Amino acid sequence: MSAGSGTGASAPVAEHGGGDVRGARRLRQVRELGILLALALIVAATAVANPGFLSGQSIRDLLLSATLLTILAVGQTLVIVTRSVDLSVGSVLGLAAFATGTLFAAFPGLPVAVAVLAGVALGAVCGAVNGALVAVARVPALVVTLGTLYAFRGVDYWWAAGTQINAADMPASFLGLGRTAVLGVPVPALVALAVVLAAGWYLASYRSGRELYAIGSEPHAARLSGIPVDRRIFAAFVVNGALAGLAGVLYAARFGTLDATVGTGLELQVVAAAVVGGVAIFGGSGTVYGAALGAVLLTTIGSALPVLRVSGFWQQAVVGLLILVAIGMDRILAVRAARRLRGGGPDGT
Amino acid sequence: MFRSRLGRGLAAGAAAGLLLLGTACGGTTRGDADGAGEQKGGGKADPDAKIPEGLKISYLPKQLNNPYFTYANSGGEEAVEELKGEYKEVGPSEATASSQVSYINTLSQQGSDVIVIAANDPNAVCSALGQAQQAGAKIVTYDSDADPECRDIFINQASAKGIAETQIKLIADQIGGKGEIAFLSATPNATNQNTWLELMEKELEKDEYKDIEVVDTVYGNDDDQKSFQEMQGLLQSHPDLKGVVSPTTVGVAAAARYLSDSEYKGDVKLTGLGTPNQMREYVDNGTVESFALWDPKDLSYLAAHVGASLQAGRITGAEGEEFTAGRLGDYEVGAEGEVVLGPPTVFDAKNIDEYDF
Amino acid sequence: MAPEVTERDAAATAAPPPRGRAVRRILAGRESGVLGALLLTVLAASFLVEGFATGRNAGFLILDVAAIAIIALPMTLVVITGEIDLSVASTLGLTSAVMGHLWVAGLPLETIVPLCLVLGAVLGAVNGLLVTVAGLPSLAVTIGTMALYRGLAYVVLGDTAVADFPPAWTAAAVGRLPGTDVPQVAVLIMVLALAVGVLLHATPVGRSLYAIGSNDEAARFSGIPVRWTRLWLFVATGAGAALAGVFWTLQYGSARADNANGLELSVIAAVLLGGVSIFGGRGALPGVIGGVLLLGAIRNALQLADVSSDTLNIVTGLLLVASVVAPNLVARLRERRPRSGVPPARPRTPDRPLRTEES
Repeated sequence: MSAGSGTGASAPVAEHGGGDVRGARRLRQVRELGILLALALIVAATAVANPGFLSGQSIRDLLLSATLLTILAVGQTLVIVTRSVDLSVGSVLGLAAFATGTLFAAFPGLPVAVAVLAGVALGAVCGAVNGALVAVARVPALVVTLGTLYAFRGVDYWWAAGTQINAADMPASFLGLGRTAVLGVPVPALVALAVVLAAGWYLASYRSGRELYAIGSEPHAARLSGIPVDRRIFAAFVVNGALAGLAGVLYAARFGTLDATVGTGLELQVVAAAVVGGVAIFGGSGTVYGAALGAVLLTTIGSALPVLRVSGFWQQAVVGLLILVAIGMDRILAVRAARRLRGGGPDGT
Repeated sequence: MFRSRLGRGLAAGAAAGLLLLGTACGGTTRGDADGAGEQKGGGKADPDAKIPEGLKISYLPKQLNNPYFTYANSGGEEAVEELKGEYKEVGPSEATASSQVSYINTLSQQGSDVIVIAANDPNAVCSALGQAQQAGAKIVTYDSDADPECRDIFINQASAKGIAETQIKLIADQIGGKGEIAFLSATPNATNQNTWLELMEKELEKDEYKDIEVVDTVYGNDDDQKSFQEMQGLLQSHPDLKGVVSPTTVGVAAAARYLSDSEYKGDVKLTGLGTPNQMREYVDNGTVESFALWDPKDLSYLAAHVGASLQAGRITGAEGEEFTAGRLGDYEVGAEGEVVLGPPTVFDAKNIDEYDF
Repeated sequence: MAPEVTERDAAATAAPPPRGRAVRRILAGRESGVLGALLLTVLAASFLVEGFATGRNAGFLILDVAAIAIIALPMTLVVITGEIDLSVASTLGLTSAVMGHLWVAGLPLETIVPLCLVLGAVLGAVNGLLVTVAGLPSLAVTIGTMALYRGLAYVVLGDTAVADFPPAWTAAAVGRLPGTDVPQVAVLIMVLALAVGVLLHATPVGRSLYAIGSNDEAARFSGIPVRWTRLWLFVATGAGAALAGVFWTLQYGSARADNANGLELSVIAAVLLGGVSIFGGRGALPGVIGGVLLLGAIRNALQLADVSSDTLNIVTGLLLVASVVAPNLVARLRERRPRSGVPPARPRTPDRPLRTEES
């Protein structure tokens, strides 16, 4: 067997194989239910230990914290299902956040919408650079985005040159974006929800959305069957970049203090969120809903541990363990699905 | 066959390991005394020596793009200009000791006369600093000290005692002298942070503070988002919390931002070490009553003068030596080669607009 | 296991040719590009950058890249078989933390060091078992263990640093060979590199690694113990990372949980820059050594020339991208030409469905 094949091997079979689409969907629902269950368990355990965890303020804080990771995880999912990966999102977020702050500092009267669009556009440009290198120059995504991780961050450092944008440099109406709430739900969380629903609907209902999965399952076959593979991959990177830009803008609105180090090291959390959410790292399978749940789960753990007064030192170890459990579970589910498809034959290995 | 060969290899490896363990009895353990550091400052000081022109004075902050150091080092640049030296600022983009070592080596290779460094780890930079000293450089630490054996003089931003006393007094006044408080610190390894935390705990043992209880210490890693979340966690896990002390500029700003739009605003007091520019908004809107800090620009300014005086031979780093540092006036070298900048400044609504940094 | 089988298989899957042409393969591949770039960089820096071409500076350069080099050696083998290990820097950190903890507990260093190496091997074995036995993708597994091991490092040592290692040991770690500026650790690295180089380029085991990387299915059918080999490579990488951890701790005289945070990216960058294909099946050790030194030399020269660390980041990133884009473009240009019956110089792997799309 191919050691790398695990999740990738069987999931696409379930998805595009013997017409057992309903089974595949059920499988995915089981998977996502599992994350929800884990989420509920953590929240319940924390709330029992400290009822303050369920206060309105605390839940608002939690939703706000999960916002950025959720948006990034959605974008990353689009890229990962095509069997690519984008490690540069942390740097893109940082760059977009700093650009937004700088715009306000330079043009104090700028309408908020313009700044938001500028941040998103800058992210999309970064995504287009990645996408062009991957789709047109056909360079492995892992290598390209590892390179642009350094490069975009370098541009950010060079641009910032040791300066810092403070909350005072940005208009109150913009900072208000991060603080206002509609029906008790913070605006950024609503934005994230909208992004999740839109991406989920697109992937499920649009032909080009389904094609992303086809590309991820069998790039060769996808190309032969007439899918414009390069164009789709390019588009996935651009959208992911734009979402990273959006996350950067929201970061600026929420945190107010910006320097060149914003978003450093975020990329691995994002990939982790997607993987925990059941997105197969070698493409072809996974949903944005799962990825979003993964992001919320990781954030909840991050907030719950300090409340439970578990030493912060355990936090990273717990996250690592969770990733391993998640991919292990995916593997077991995939093997079982494959066995069912073959009528109880030996498993896929 | 392949399998068995590897198996045999494993067995051999394990055997070798055991053998090593066996022979290890009587090896190098922690109890073995190492040679005590010899007294430094060998030569004799000549207070009237002339400071040569063209000294290469290089600044190596914890991290290059840290706004605090960018601001601070503008004072260094000013002083180096006065001294007619060559100013340079280099540094890593990540605040790690290993990348600082690489820069120390570069500076030493370039023949810097004075290296002014804020150490990311007091020990990890030690051997590289020693090599630079051998190559003729004078080592001045500021903000965060290195092991005293590997530098000539440490410029202390304010005596640790002064900082601890000021902050405890500020928080005690604000919460009315009793209740639960917590600390929001920077990185767990930072030398200065840990000293201050220790001294603040000690200060609280005084009788006048007997009703104040420290319930928690959390670390925001000098990362804005992490500090923000830790502050959030603090308030959730300690419902009776009355005040928070954050002796780090990043931490106190993040904590203030959290408080300013949470329901705790006004009920939970916050003080610490912050820069006037970052805190102005929160002092104006009533989140924060007062906070403290030294002027980092002066710190860096003083470091250049100390470095130049060392290189000229005016001082050697021995206790009791006196020297003049430009516009800051006269200073004296204290115990263990420390020079103290002065008492911290307290900022509140009345005076904050006089400062712009 | 019979080497003949390996060779037949290697031929069948268009894997690198057998022993005789090994030298030519090394010279003909991307490796020569890296080595050329290294030579050019060193030459240019010697003339243009004051203070670069001195023995003292070379010593600094080698010490700077030593830990990366130690880890890059076994990592090369892992990547050639088509896997990846992102947990190495965390393994280094955990080893460092355990080393500090045991030292404080009063164990002699002579015991601690072998224990740490065994620990590294065990951590590597955990990765290896999850990949081979559980059949999980190594990228995901090692992202998980990267967080796990780093987290455990913090659990072991918390926020403290252990720094009172005996001066004789810390001095030895940064010590130079008598009468020269060459760090002693360079000898260790050379011995290791030689061992790995011989294993990879002159033994049946080495050829089987290429076969696995080119097409593990075919490799398995031809009798290569694919899982077993992969498992041992992960063990070797863990042990290598642990060795780097011991060295790092002594080099900086400081055991901390956050030691070498993010170093995995530097290691991977050096390996890829050295011409090893991220999809496996291609690459050579001299290229990787060249990649490690090239990154180190550029960094060192730019620092000496007072170029800021911002630019260093940009240069590192661009270099990495360029090193992959350039040969790809060349290959594509070649493909544009009318096809002669011979396949392109580089073996493609269209029959490996689960890597990324071939380019």
